Amino acid sequence: MGWLDIFRARKPEGGSTATAAKERLQIVLAHERVSRTREDFLPKLQQELVAVVARYVSIDPGKVAVNLDRGGDMSTLAIEIELPGPKVAVAR
Amino acid sequence: MAKVVVVTSGKGGVGKTTSSAAFATGLAQRGKKTVVIDFDVGLRNLDLIMGVERRVVFDIVNVIQGEAKLNQALIRDKRVDTLAILPASQTRDKDALTKDGVAGIIEELSKDYDYILCDSPAGIEKGALLALYFADEAIVVTNPEVSSVRDSDRILGVLQSKSKRAEEKKDAVKEHLLVTRYDPARVERGEMLKLEDIREILAIPLLGVVPESESVLRASNTGTPVILDAESVAGQAYADSVARFLGEERPHRFLDPEKKGLFKRLFGGRAA
Ligand SMILES: Nc1ncnc2c1ncn2[C@@H]1O[C@H](COP(=O)(O)OP(=O)(O)OP(=O)(O)O)[C@@H](O)[C@H]1O
Ligand SMILES: [Mg+2]
Repeated sequence: MGWLDIFRARKPEGGSTATAAKERLQIVLAHERVSRTREDFLPKLQQELVAVVARYVSIDPGKVAVNLDRGGDMSTLAIEIELPGPKVAVAR
Repeated sequence: MAKVVVVTSGKGGVGKTTSSAAFATGLAQRGKKTVVIDFDVGLRNLDLIMGVERRVVFDIVNVIQGEAKLNQALIRDKRVDTLAILPASQTRDKDALTKDGVAGIIEELSKDYDYILCDSPAGIEKGALLALYFADEAIVVTNPEVSSVRDSDRILGVLQSKSKRAEEKKDAVKEHLLVTRYDPARVERGEMLKLEDIREILAIPLLGVVPESESVLRASNTGTPVILDAESVAGQAYADSVARFLGEERPHRFLDPEKKGLFKRLFGGRAA
């Protein structure tokens, strides 16, 4: 603990982290409350998307990465599917 | 082969999730491929403490029930790239966790990771039993308080009788004591159990002592594991504990009340 800490301790840091806590809670709880009343469609959506892609190319289900970012006004869902290269496709 | 480490306590609210997040992050910072699993089905919180709550799509129950691949349910940490989080389910009940299901997950993770940390729920019911069943090592989180010490003793008994290692009569689960929320000033005033008393009663090797610190609340507010707050005493105590866990010798710090200097007394600075 250096003497500089007294300046750090006086920054209104505690207040700002509490604001962050409230915002994070509002977002996560909004989503959780919705999923309590109706079933979360994300798992099914993801399965069906992968099934559609699999009709066209052979894919390794282990190489599907799902990235979600839930937001207050908007969420983004990114599904990354690793497609086999042309060589592999020819070989099959 | 990965090492499976359970963070457990028996008693609730003693700092298991805080410690799981700190340890997982600390091990990953040291280059160990680490995954931390939340076993608290129905009351998931590790995602919040790790700051990944907005990114949860699938959880451990989805994987066990075949609704998602393990790799899809794992959330890769954006701060430390050798770290991943497997969230607990928030909507299912505890019966959705099965021993076979968890065994499959641990086996698959073992191929890719060095450490698998299991953040146990409180109690000695199904969730807690499953969290410790596959453990090679156990971090027993204890507060300097009578009921916590008693429950830690109880959980040590469970580790010695109900873990896979116990059932298969293999080498015992390696036990580590992690004392958290230690307040040296209150210990000095005789209001709180001394470290030496806890060590004497539980008689297992001491991994670390994490002092009561305001930085823990700040860390949970922002979803940043407290070990990333390298200036805080709690962050430093966790970093020391991780180093000891990996075999380094580090002296124990923060065991005595902080001597308040003139500035501190004038301006009223608190423990970081
Ligand atoms: N070193 C510390 N200093 C101050 N507060 C702490 C410390 N460690 C933990 N806490 C606080 O104690 C509370 C419980 O912590 P945590 O959620 O990690 O416990 P837990 O054992 O996982 O609880 P549960 O049994 O409900 O899963 C939290 O509010 C946390 O911020
Ligand atoms: Mg917890």
